[in-house]
Amino acid sequence: MSFPLLTATVLAPAIGAVATAAVPSARRNLAKWVALTASLVTAVLAILVLVRFEPGGDRYQLTESHAWIPAFGVRYELGVDGIAVALVALTAVLIPFLIGAGWNDADPKEGEAPAGKRWRPTQGFFALILMVEAMVVMSFVATDIFLFYIFFEAMLIPMYFLIGGFGDRAGENSENRQAKQRTYAAVKFLLYNLAGGLIMLAAVIGLYVATADLPGGSTFSLQAIAEARASGELTFAQNTERFLFLGFFIAFAIKAPLWPVHTWLPNAMGESTAPVAVLITAVVDKVGTFAMLRFCLGLFPEASAWATPVVIVLALISIIYGALLALGQRDMKRLIAYASISHFGFIILGIFAMTSQGQTGATLYMVNHGIATAALMLVAGFLITRRGSRLIADYGGVQKTAPILAGTFLIGGLATLSLPGTGPFVSEFLVLVGTFTRYPVAGIVACAGIVLAALYVLILYQRTMTGPVRPELSRMPDLRPRELAVVAPLIAMLIFLGVFPRPLTDIVDPAVQHTLSDVGESDPEPELEARR
Amino acid sequence: MNSWTHAQGVLETPQFEWVALSPTLIVVGAAVIGVLVEAFAPRRHRYGTQVVLAVLALATAFAAVVGLAADGHASTQAQVAGMGALAVDGPALFLQGVLILVGFVSVFLFAERRLEPAEHGRAVDSFAAQAAATPGGTAEKLAVKSGYTTTEIFPLMLFALGGMLLFPAANDLLMLFIALEVLSLPLYLLCALSRRRRLLSQEAAVKYFLLGAFASAFLLFGIALLYGYAGTLSYAGIADVISGAPPAVDPGLAATMGNDAYLLIGGALVVMGLLFKVGAVPFHMWTPDVYQGAPTPVTGFMAAATKVAAFGALLRLLYVTLPGMRWDWEPVLWGVAIASMLAGAVIAITQTDVKRLLAYSSIAHAGFILAGVLAVSEDGVSSVLFYLAAYSFVTLGAFAVVTLVRDGEGEATHLSKWAGLGRRSPLLAGVFALFLLAFAGIPLTSGFAGKFAVFSAAADAGAMGLVIVGVIASAIAAFFYVRVIVLMFFSEPQEDGPSVVVPSPMTTSMLGVAAAVTIVLGVAPQYFLDLAGQAGVFVR
Repeated sequence: MSFPLLTATVLAPAIGAVATAAVPSARRNLAKWVALTASLVTAVLAILVLVRFEPGGDRYQLTESHAWIPAFGVRYELGVDGIAVALVALTAVLIPFLIGAGWNDADPKEGEAPAGKRWRPTQGFFALILMVEAMVVMSFVATDIFLFYIFFEAMLIPMYFLIGGFGDRAGENSENRQAKQRTYAAVKFLLYNLAGGLIMLAAVIGLYVATADLPGGSTFSLQAIAEARASGELTFAQNTERFLFLGFFIAFAIKAPLWPVHTWLPNAMGESTAPVAVLITAVVDKVGTFAMLRFCLGLFPEASAWATPVVIVLALISIIYGALLALGQRDMKRLIAYASISHFGFIILGIFAMTSQGQTGATLYMVNHGIATAALMLVAGFLITRRGSRLIADYGGVQKTAPILAGTFLIGGLATLSLPGTGPFVSEFLVLVGTFTRYPVAGIVACAGIVLAALYVLILYQRTMTGPVRPELSRMPDLRPRELAVVAPLIAMLIFLGVFPRPLTDIVDPAVQHTLSDVGESDPEPELEARR
Repeated sequence: MNSWTHAQGVLETPQFEWVALSPTLIVVGAAVIGVLVEAFAPRRHRYGTQVVLAVLALATAFAAVVGLAADGHASTQAQVAGMGALAVDGPALFLQGVLILVGFVSVFLFAERRLEPAEHGRAVDSFAAQAAATPGGTAEKLAVKSGYTTTEIFPLMLFALGGMLLFPAANDLLMLFIALEVLSLPLYLLCALSRRRRLLSQEAAVKYFLLGAFASAFLLFGIALLYGYAGTLSYAGIADVISGAPPAVDPGLAATMGNDAYLLIGGALVVMGLLFKVGAVPFHMWTPDVYQGAPTPVTGFMAAATKVAAFGALLRLLYVTLPGMRWDWEPVLWGVAIASMLAGAVIAITQTDVKRLLAYSSIAHAGFILAGVLAVSEDGVSSVLFYLAAYSFVTLGAFAVVTLVRDGEGEATHLSKWAGLGRRSPLLAGVFALFLLAFAGIPLTSGFAGKFAVFSAAADAGAMGLVIVGVIASAIAAFFYVRVIVLMFFSEPQEDGPSVVVPSPMTTSMLGVAAAVTIVLGVAPQYFLDLAGQAGVFVR
């Protein structure tokens, strides 16, 4: 038996979380280092996964398979395709930066009396981040639907504590009001996602019943279901398939989030600390879009084709609506949250365009959006910690007092608006090309999103960084070495992926071809366009 | 030869399978010895003797259950014992095992003496100093001053447990009724024995007693009608009559036998009596008051064990006796299940008292379990068995936590007082959060495995509608479980808030066991699912 690399990648952060939580309350700094080490080990393991993965090889690689709960037909089955590899790498690479960025976020405030002997917020904060990482990685590598579901759902709990327990201390409101808003955001997050998860539970049970007649009994294994469908042993009635598809899709749409079930995201991102906001949008939400690709399209191709028109319209609404609302925000973090909603619209559009460019673009988009949002949001977080306010109107002329901060903020912003030369441009271009070839009108509407993105990013930059220096900002310090060490590699990655996306597309492309053949779609013939 | 043999030929010699019935006999025997201890042992020795006796008896009884199961009594050797009155089969042994474990763990909760401040130098438990003393009267003051404690709780609890062990095994209607009374009467008493808030506790006991007596009367009336219909009290006999086997018509019952009206009304009344014990809507009214008023250890024991026993009895009655009239009771129970799930979850949202909240949550859970019952399949039985095992430990654990959160007036059960508990004692709040998450059915806890088991059994049997309502109710229920977690972890602690009492190792180990069971049944449920799966067949 070969070394279970995927299990190790999941276990590393989980063990790290336990170790971090076990550090005594007085040794705060030790806990931080333990967490950082665990996340770095995970990153190394994830890169090992990336290296060991052969783009031209089997569809699922590095597979592991063990019986887990035979009574339910549940197996502990892991495996990665190109899409999962890219997202595991994204997750594992981002987390060390988030830990670095949040280094002091959970420390008790100066002069604050400790609430109890055993209350250890710093340890808790980092342990929860690692816990989320373990669960996210697990849901990327699980090829058993039940296994996926368990971690998809369980990750809500640590996430919920991260949002509700460690809010942003820099708000416009009093401490008490802020705590209330934070709790509200955490509860809203949990209830939306829990409701989605429970709808999915109904669909999972439906799948259990639908596969009950297979010779081996009920199964949740992606491969077993695919084989059974290929051999004709398993067929879904049309209505069954559509209901199951809806059960899964609604859960993923809430997680992604797609208009009109997006409203929890601005609250959650606005009230949590910057690293947690990045964790939500760049890491956890990716599970939603990833699962659409893997489960909705992979398991229910006909129902996916049936739902495509509606999903595309919803995605377009997300793109335009998210961008418009981003334009109207007074709060920096909420602006970034609405921008993310717009970007998730692009990702979902790419997935459901059912073309290889669209889906490759969507996968790249997940990676690039993760890095770009991380860069922008983390710098915004550094800025907010300095000034103690999230309101855009409280800033001005920062580029004169803190040029490096302003510069990194600009690059993060430009990446967010998909400037050519940065990673997001490649992916957005691919998504649009993929959409045009099949749905030209949708492609045109989506382009409006790009224009709006340029507006909200540049206006944000103009209002906060340019103009006369506000007196209270005149002594604002520039980025500290720790902060620079967090942001610089992210920017380097953005530019590298913008100039040289090839390694990533090589990995993702075969997986996308597999997914497309699942759905029974192939790219439209170019000559059709010519004849028209 | 002894004198018994002289009666031969006149009276039928009772055939009694001592070994097969040993678990119940041990528990009831220990209860009788407990009463004798109360009568003859000196006061200062009673506590120790009773605890040791109860622990030993339950351990032996559990060993007996395991021995019987290992001997094949749960599967191939399943039999009807006690002249047809009791079944010894898979479901009975599984539930008896669960019940004995629940009782075993509850003994530690009952015996806890470090929570209440010592009265005049003597450690006391959560039970009244002297049950007969009027609350607030001189007699009570005297009893408290002398450091009296009510050690009768142990035999009472063993008697109740004895009844519970018989309840799911009862194989004829008379035994069903006797078991019901044996389990109920000690519980009524136990409910009245709270050391603090005695009036509330006595009120709870009276309510429980009156409503319980009412329910017993319904049950008894139903039994009479069913006897009139079938001319027999045995489950298998009634089932034969329902399925059309020609009964040897008893001339005295010629007017009623085979009359479907008697069957329908009688069956409905008996089921009603059982649904009362289960706490399903619309027979749930007593639950919140009784759960709130009873001493918390009793509430925990009652909430966990009564539900297990009553669902066991309901399962046997529906699956063995009434499958022939499935089309009649199924729609009714669908309604009861849906009403329980929704009403329990919705009303729980507005509760401000932890114990009432848990009471309404137990009503919702009764609905979830009914969904498994309604599958009417072997999978349905084993899923219900598994759910009951998982649920009972979570419930016990949750109420054990409630006993620990105290202020000057005893347990601080008002939810507002729990604010910020997570900051003062993260460990305890974390354990309580674990139990709440299990109630909510979050994956990797036993609650999820149980919920999946019952819902998938129901869906498999074509009851997708129940599953969808169940999922909606779970989402509603999640809201109030989460609200308590929010309160504990995200709210600022109150200035004069309650403190967490450090208990003796008994409660600590009991909490540890409950938490461990919650996680093990969530992460690696296969062994227990297998066990429940093998126990899915009723003997007739």
